[in-house]
Amino acid sequence: MQKYSGFGLFKHSLTHHENWQRVWRNPTPKKKYDVIIIGGGGHGLATAYYLAKEHGITNVAVLEKGHLGGGNACRNTTIVRSNYLWDESAALYEHSMQLWEGLAQELNYNVMFSQRGVYHTCHTLQDMRSNERLVAANRLQGIDNEMVDAEQLQKEIPSLDCSKNARYPIMGASVQRRAGNARHDAVAWGYARAADALGVDLIQSCEVIDMEISDGKITGVKTKQYGVLKADRVGCVVAGNSGVLAKMAGFELPVESHPLQALVSEPIKPFLDTVVMSNHVHGYMSQSDKGDLVIGAGIDGWVGYGQRGSYGIIEHTIQAIVEMFPCTSRVRMNRQWGGIVDACPDASPIISETPIKNLFFNCGWGTGGFKGTPGSGNLFAHTLADGKPHPIAEPFSIQRFHTGALIDEHGAAGVAH
Amino acid sequence: MLHIYCPHCGEYREEEEFHCAGQAHIARPLEPEACSDQEWGEYLFFRKNPRGLHHELWVHAAGCRKFFNMTRDTQSYEIKEVYKIGEQPSVVAE
Repeated sequence: MQKYSGFGLFKHSLTHHENWQRVWRNPTPKKKYDVIIIGGGGHGLATAYYLAKEHGITNVAVLEKGHLGGGNACRNTTIVRSNYLWDESAALYEHSMQLWEGLAQELNYNVMFSQRGVYHTCHTLQDMRSNERLVAANRLQGIDNEMVDAEQLQKEIPSLDCSKNARYPIMGASVQRRAGNARHDAVAWGYARAADALGVDLIQSCEVIDMEISDGKITGVKTKQYGVLKADRVGCVVAGNSGVLAKMAGFELPVESHPLQALVSEPIKPFLDTVVMSNHVHGYMSQSDKGDLVIGAGIDGWVGYGQRGSYGIIEHTIQAIVEMFPCTSRVRMNRQWGGIVDACPDASPIISETPIKNLFFNCGWGTGGFKGTPGSGNLFAHTLADGKPHPIAEPFSIQRFHTGALIDEHGAAGVAH
Repeated sequence: MLHIYCPHCGEYREEEEFHCAGQAHIARPLEPEACSDQEWGEYLFFRKNPRGLHHELWVHAAGCRKFFNMTRDTQSYEIKEVYKIGEQPSVVAE
């Protein structure tokens, strides 16, 4: 792998940047792999990278039906935080957060991780109580999270309407200062490049159409382009399409796929140097380095695979944003899109064994999977290497929907982001 | 935005008036006490989630407040038919 550096940039400028090495190979798949990962998004690529790096398993293929990082990895609004309520989730998301903190150096790829803080505004007494509870829980878990009152909040975010005149006046907010955002595409590309360098085959335009299962055990997958590819173990990391793949394997998941939208405005001068979310008026916003406002919306309440959502949702979201930031009322929106999120009934993911032996699923990240990318990949790689889950991933088994040990994060998951 | 025909009101109305209550035709086990954890978990949480035809339960929340069923394509979002509770669909998902 060609190492990226300031000196390298200078050196290549002398040859007009025409001699850069290809970022990853474009291999023809082998007939047999130790591990096949279905889904070349952020989570799948991270899984492949950690399999090769931490477990020394390099005979691995990532099968992607489109192009790498072309699904939710390039559609999300890039928020990273770890202030969840329950110990199980706090451990999971904090594991991820700590990987985020060293990720750019580790991958030698600038993922533009910016710890600019994430605020959750409170508009009612109930909001205040639940956020104070969250802050207290996080303190006990050793995760930074603090409350600020409306006066302090107004000082920290001048453009936010903290006055008494708002329709739902802001009473305070919780803030995780280590939280922030990152460049979504760079995360997928960085993992892809690093995984490829360790010998992982990244197979693009390769759609899985069936699974080879005999005696309740998976032996390979059938692809549209390359026929049957054999594997000892198969990991499914396909977000919105998890239900489709589970159906191929002959079981159902406690997951439903919904369209989730986001939108960005025209680029404007910098005025917001952090991320603000409101569960109550239901919207959130940050400003990208390019200057556009990145705005998130809620999900459509019905099952949908169309990668687009309803206009009604956009209207509600914009109402919430203008309510919080009246100065944005005349900003024009540039683009709007949808991604398909796989939501679990308890708003926590599934990193688990399945009824089929040697077939594993990593899904159900719902509306907040981006922040989990490094942690998810790291833990799922452990599951695929050992055949049994890492202690942090153990509570996130599919079995919890039978035992009743749900990890209810609807409060901390909050507005879909 | 879906344009939905309410079989009770006999009119097309905008999606905003409705609320989707999830997969249709899920019968509550007659004897919940007799269910194993496996069966009860499946009844509560496990869903079809198809990419294609899907039978759903909807409620006309800001209208007549009555429930009805809908067969809808989850990829094209085309509504194939609506039918009342207790009726069976004429367009059947696989």
